[in-house]
Amino acid sequence: MMKRLFAAVAVAGMVIAAGGAAAQTYPNRPITMVVPFRAGGPTDTIGRTISEAMSRNLGQQVQVQIVDGAGGTLGAQRVAEAAPDGYTILLYHVGMATTPTLYPNLAYDPLTDFAEIGLVTNVAMTLVGRQRLPIATWDQLIQYMTTRLDRVTMAHAGIGSASHLCAMLFSQLTGLDITTVPFVGTAEAMLDLQADFVDFMCDQTTSTVAAIQNGQVNGYVVTSPVRLEQIAEVPTFQEVGLDGFELNVWHGLWAPAGTPPEVIARLNEALRAALTDPQVLRTFALFATFPVPLEDQTPEALHAKVASEIEHWRPMIEAAGEFVR
Amino acid sequence: MMDILGNIGDGFAIAGTLTNILYAFLGCVLGTVIGVLPGVGPMATIAILMPMTMGSDPTTSLIMLAGVYYGAQYGGSTSAILINMPGEVSSAVTAIEGYQMARRGRAGAALATAAIGSFIAGTLATIAVAVLSPPLASMARSFASPEYFALMVLGLVMAIALANGAPLKALAMIVLGLLIGMIGQEDQTGRMRFTMGFNELADRTALFLPLVIGFFGLAEIYRNLEGPAGREALLRKVSNIWPSREDFRRMVAPILRGTGLGSLLGIIPGNGPVLASFASYSIEKRLSKHKHEFGNGAIEGVAGPEAANNAGAQTSFVPMLTLGIPPSPVMALMMGAMILNGILPGPRVIEENPGLFWGLIASMWIGNIILVILNLPLISLWVKLLTIPYRVLVPAILTFSCIGVYSVSSNAFHVFALAVFGLFGYAFMRLKCEPAPLLLGYVLAQPIENNLIRSLRVSRGDPMVFIERPISAVLLGIALVALIVILLPFIARKREKVFVEDDA
Repeated sequence: MMKRLFAAVAVAGMVIAAGGAAAQTYPNRPITMVVPFRAGGPTDTIGRTISEAMSRNLGQQVQVQIVDGAGGTLGAQRVAEAAPDGYTILLYHVGMATTPTLYPNLAYDPLTDFAEIGLVTNVAMTLVGRQRLPIATWDQLIQYMTTRLDRVTMAHAGIGSASHLCAMLFSQLTGLDITTVPFVGTAEAMLDLQADFVDFMCDQTTSTVAAIQNGQVNGYVVTSPVRLEQIAEVPTFQEVGLDGFELNVWHGLWAPAGTPPEVIARLNEALRAALTDPQVLRTFALFATFPVPLEDQTPEALHAKVASEIEHWRPMIEAAGEFVR
Repeated sequence: MMDILGNIGDGFAIAGTLTNILYAFLGCVLGTVIGVLPGVGPMATIAILMPMTMGSDPTTSLIMLAGVYYGAQYGGSTSAILINMPGEVSSAVTAIEGYQMARRGRAGAALATAAIGSFIAGTLATIAVAVLSPPLASMARSFASPEYFALMVLGLVMAIALANGAPLKALAMIVLGLLIGMIGQEDQTGRMRFTMGFNELADRTALFLPLVIGFFGLAEIYRNLEGPAGREALLRKVSNIWPSREDFRRMVAPILRGTGLGSLLGIIPGNGPVLASFASYSIEKRLSKHKHEFGNGAIEGVAGPEAANNAGAQTSFVPMLTLGIPPSPVMALMMGAMILNGILPGPRVIEENPGLFWGLIASMWIGNIILVILNLPLISLWVKLLTIPYRVLVPAILTFSCIGVYSVSSNAFHVFALAVFGLFGYAFMRLKCEPAPLLLGYVLAQPIENNLIRSLRVSRGDPMVFIERPISAVLLGIALVALIVILLPFIARKREKVFVEDDA
């Protein structure tokens, strides 16, 4: 006991003495990975998968903390305002690039208030429908929606979520003004879908692949250019002729702006290690998602991605006219 | 059946890890230590200790919190028996006979009876939870937004029933809770509501800890300050803990009856554990061969209610974990803690967090063992705790509460919120407005609002959606009947009063 006390005092003294050299010993305490969406949702799943592998690489626990609400912007804001010491990082997705348009009063700037760590993974989306819908083909789907436009509903996980983005894109491309029903997170939405209360939802494969495989919901289309091995019976957007329905939910890791470059480099190294970890790859495969290519696992690639994606989505969101004031 | 055994086995593998046992133990010890303090009931104990359980893995956090809960209940029975100061309503029943036993020099036997009764009830009720939860959860899979809305309305109506005071006051407190729960960011559009520019209020659950600790912890401490400084305590010495053979013979049937009663009533919304201990007491009084002893320290009057209370405490986890409906104030606390830990209670918990679910169930049983081991030999230590003067205790608890709130949010805003809620809580207590219905309203505000809006959005604004769907119609019907039954005596009394005044 005394020995340990002595060691603690000694370590404390060394930390004080080291002062500015603290970065060299980074990380020396657990790191918080903020996931800005509901627990059990697709982003949480990705977060828990990579945080474990990153912990092994860093020698410190990377703990997932859920800070949900407002399409992920509350969690992002929390990280933007956190101390730039590398102990608070953010896992977020394409929402980082759509929320600046959806939420005109955003308290942070996605491009200047963060230090990027790297892109993580690309996740495709799937349009799914409740089990008892009498729909077998794409034409039947469009016909069903067109003839029942006053009754058809599409669930999404809240404004700013990927599922909301997908619903907007779908409405715009098909010209069908379907009533959307906002839920708090995908898990809640899936419950109402399985209880036959809402008709459709467009969500990431991370949360739909298992449900499609079990037959709990029907899969109609994937937003990736190639079919997914895990749900090979579901056609791509090109095959059904819905051009432009390509939606890639890319995930990235951020730290607050001002985080020392050597800390960012260390976090990037841990991220890269996680993205080659066999266990991570196995879990990713279950959800039909894959790590981004090597050249995208860099801070620069993530910065460029956000910049280009903001401009990519702005016209579509403005046309849909769904803003949050 | 094999499934359940397998699941419980997995649960024990999780709850049985060194870390989790350690946290369960820590929770039980802390719960007993605070719970034994006179005038500090289980709700206050859980509220004060809740921040300590946060920050680790959700399963571990909840296991510790559950430990605090059981510990607080045991602690509450101890102070009820020894100094006739029950921390909450359910131990008030224990105090009736327990304190009399203590006065007759049988404090040890009374404490042991309470511990044994609780342990047996806890063990049996744990099995009940394991058996009942999965079917209930799978039934809830067919529930959609209208059913959840109806279920929550029912839960809130039953919350009026559990309040001891006037139904109208309870109703007002529920509405106030719902209103406080409106503060923050609205889920449908993302707009801020009533945040008055404070970013800290954006999160709809942000006020949970300050509210709980203020209303249940601080307010109770303030109220205790009103009482006389000295306490007449039966602190002579508690010896001869082991009950006699005759005692054992007399306690078996009451414990089993109490367990059955408690397990059943615990599941029903409306604070089953309290109801169960009252019901058990009157049943034992009626059935006992030693009727003359009732009022003078009848052991059945300790064994039955304690078993009922503990069984109810255990099974009240079932609706919270499987439906996301807290049947009692303590479960509203637990539900809040789960949400703060990033887990949304509801039918998907069993499926998506089997480790958490079954681990928690297994830990209930482990916690019961720990408490028996902890309590019987250490009773003399708890007795010493009862002698700590209030002038030392109050500042310590206040400081502890502030640190607790700050440690979770790292934000002074929440400490100020705690101070405000503490004062409000005290004022409400003086006004005889109970905070428990308010807490239920606060916890359910966000889900009830979302389910209402979603139902109406799907039905294009037609409220018939709640009546056309059979399950939600039945649930709302029960809620309506319950509301009438609750309010009837109140209305009748009011009329009587009016007539009396007319006569005068």
